[in-house]
Amino acid sequence: MSAPRTLLDKVWDAHIVSPATADTPATVYIDFHLIHEVTSPQAFSALRERGLKVRRPDRTLATMDHNTPTDFERVDGRVVIPDAASASQVSALEKNCLEAGITLYGLDSDRQGIVHVIGPELGVTHPGRTIVCGDSHTSTHGAFGALAFGIGTSEVGHVFATQCLLLEKPKRMAVTFDGPLSRGVTAKDLILGLIAKIGAGGAVGHVIEFRGTTIATLSMEERMTLCNMAVEAGGRTGMIAPDETTFEYLKGRPFAPLGKDWEEAVLRWRQLKTDEGAVFDLEITFDASALEPMVTYGTSPGMGVSIGGSVPATNGDESMAKALRYMNLQPGEPMRGRPIDVVFIGSCTNSRISDLRLAASVFKGRRVSAGVKALVVPGSQAVKRQAEAEGLDRIFKEAGVEWREAGCSMCLGMNGDRLTPGQYSVSTSNRNFEGRQGQGGRTFLASPLTAAASAIEGRIADAREYIS
Amino acid sequence: MNQPLRRIESSFVILPAENIDTDQICPARFLTTTSRDGFGPALFADWRSDQQGQPRPDFPLNRPEAQGARILVAGRNFGCGSSREHAVWALRDNGIQAVIAPGLADIFKRNALKNGVVPIAIDEASHAALLANPEASIVVDLETRSVSWPGGGEAGFAIEPFARHCLMEGIDEMGFLLGQSASIAAYEQTHAKA
Repeated sequence: MSAPRTLLDKVWDAHIVSPATADTPATVYIDFHLIHEVTSPQAFSALRERGLKVRRPDRTLATMDHNTPTDFERVDGRVVIPDAASASQVSALEKNCLEAGITLYGLDSDRQGIVHVIGPELGVTHPGRTIVCGDSHTSTHGAFGALAFGIGTSEVGHVFATQCLLLEKPKRMAVTFDGPLSRGVTAKDLILGLIAKIGAGGAVGHVIEFRGTTIATLSMEERMTLCNMAVEAGGRTGMIAPDETTFEYLKGRPFAPLGKDWEEAVLRWRQLKTDEGAVFDLEITFDASALEPMVTYGTSPGMGVSIGGSVPATNGDESMAKALRYMNLQPGEPMRGRPIDVVFIGSCTNSRISDLRLAASVFKGRRVSAGVKALVVPGSQAVKRQAEAEGLDRIFKEAGVEWREAGCSMCLGMNGDRLTPGQYSVSTSNRNFEGRQGQGGRTFLASPLTAAASAIEGRIADAREYIS
Repeated sequence: MNQPLRRIESSFVILPAENIDTDQICPARFLTTTSRDGFGPALFADWRSDQQGQPRPDFPLNRPEAQGARILVAGRNFGCGSSREHAVWALRDNGIQAVIAPGLADIFKRNALKNGVVPIAIDEASHAALLANPEASIVVDLETRSVSWPGGGEAGFAIEPFARHCLMEGIDEMGFLLGQSASIAAYEQTHAKA
């Protein structure tokens, strides 16, 4: 009888090419590698300099999302990127993928989208897989019980050349959410609530396994929102044990196993749960039923309060005082009612069809407040098509919301979708860092419901007044 | 390839804030390049200069005494956020060879180690001692895995043995990984369906 193991232990153990020694870390096999235009070009160059090739192009998938425009026109069916530097990064990716034999879903593909939206959508993200990408929000894929984490460009090169990484095993952390979510409270509020409690460094060095009765009731898209932001708590990644919800989501997707392979895979995946009696290095429990919609006030995702709350006192914390100076907020000021300029609904955190449905439920039959710019950026072209089939795009447009093409957009402001200095946004993205959405811009992170309600009022608003 | 790195003796620059993220270290607008060089101007660009591009004289990295400093001392959870290795390239291109904090973010640490920048997590008391001695010249010694400062102060730090070996020899991990191609092929044989 072997010792009880956690979900992390099981996935980790299954990927050891050579175990750690006193002098060297473990060599860990990577089942799948996702790449995009911003963090891959230097890795391709490094490979070329050494005369190396991509070992497993068949286990590598590329898309473009970070710096691509979301308001482009097509000329002769081709997308024209106005910014020269962005265009050159995109064309480098095209050339590199062609040369290496890597499938690329570019702007001309109907499968293009944010890398962490299309991976699950296409069925590339399987339970028990190790998945990496040169992007910290690779944690998103942990929602399926994959061990998925962000890496830097040097490691992108290592995976290209060897399909492996040298890794020290992260520590095990359990976050248990119990109880039903109240009306108007979403997975985004759940993760913002957790980070407000444990801080942006609360999970450093750990892989968080999310568990508990709340998790069991969440859809795959909600689970992705949760795992997406595990990295904002400092976690190496987040994971959720796969269950019927997971299998139901994956079945029939383009890269999901078929027929007998599917049945065998599901049998294997059912073993991917933490054994009774397995030990975590750190455990936290959280009463989800008491949670209210959350909004951040500062420049770290951990600086969050419930929507009815106020900016807290700094209590001599210089980092927090610095954040409040940047945000131009005073302790004691209520969050609700605070005027805003821009609303961004999108990003790998909240740009999936269920997020857009939530936003549309608030926008339906209403208008964006005068003077507020609101944009909805679907996570992928597939999400965009689905939203249009459901008529959500009409709801957005009739409300005065800009309906864009798929990409990362204003989450990181690389593509020209930016705040101007001093502007305030309510954003469904994952980072409220200084200047993240544009130099001098100020970000309030919130759920799609809160973002939509705030667009209508032109102020931070409580969406519970708009939903039945 | 990085230069072998065994010992750094240098003055240091202090950025005391906690949770300094990689968007500050290297803002996103500097990421639209396909090169891994030339990130000098990106480092803390929005903290070093105002929105008109004028240097802020009070920003620690702009002060005359910061010139030539090869060590950065920062607050807890330094390097959080985006996985962009560009943040480490920006530090490296400004001559920074070590970052000392009471805790650093996971991906940043891994990126730093691959570029000849030593990520050093030290205890709170030692961190406070460094903040109290901003004029000091300090020594980071990879041989003894310690930071020391004038007056006999010393703090040990943990560093993964192989990463330390790579730093001290000026080699990277690629050679070691490539050396395992037979084991990798064997693994692939037995895990074809995963």
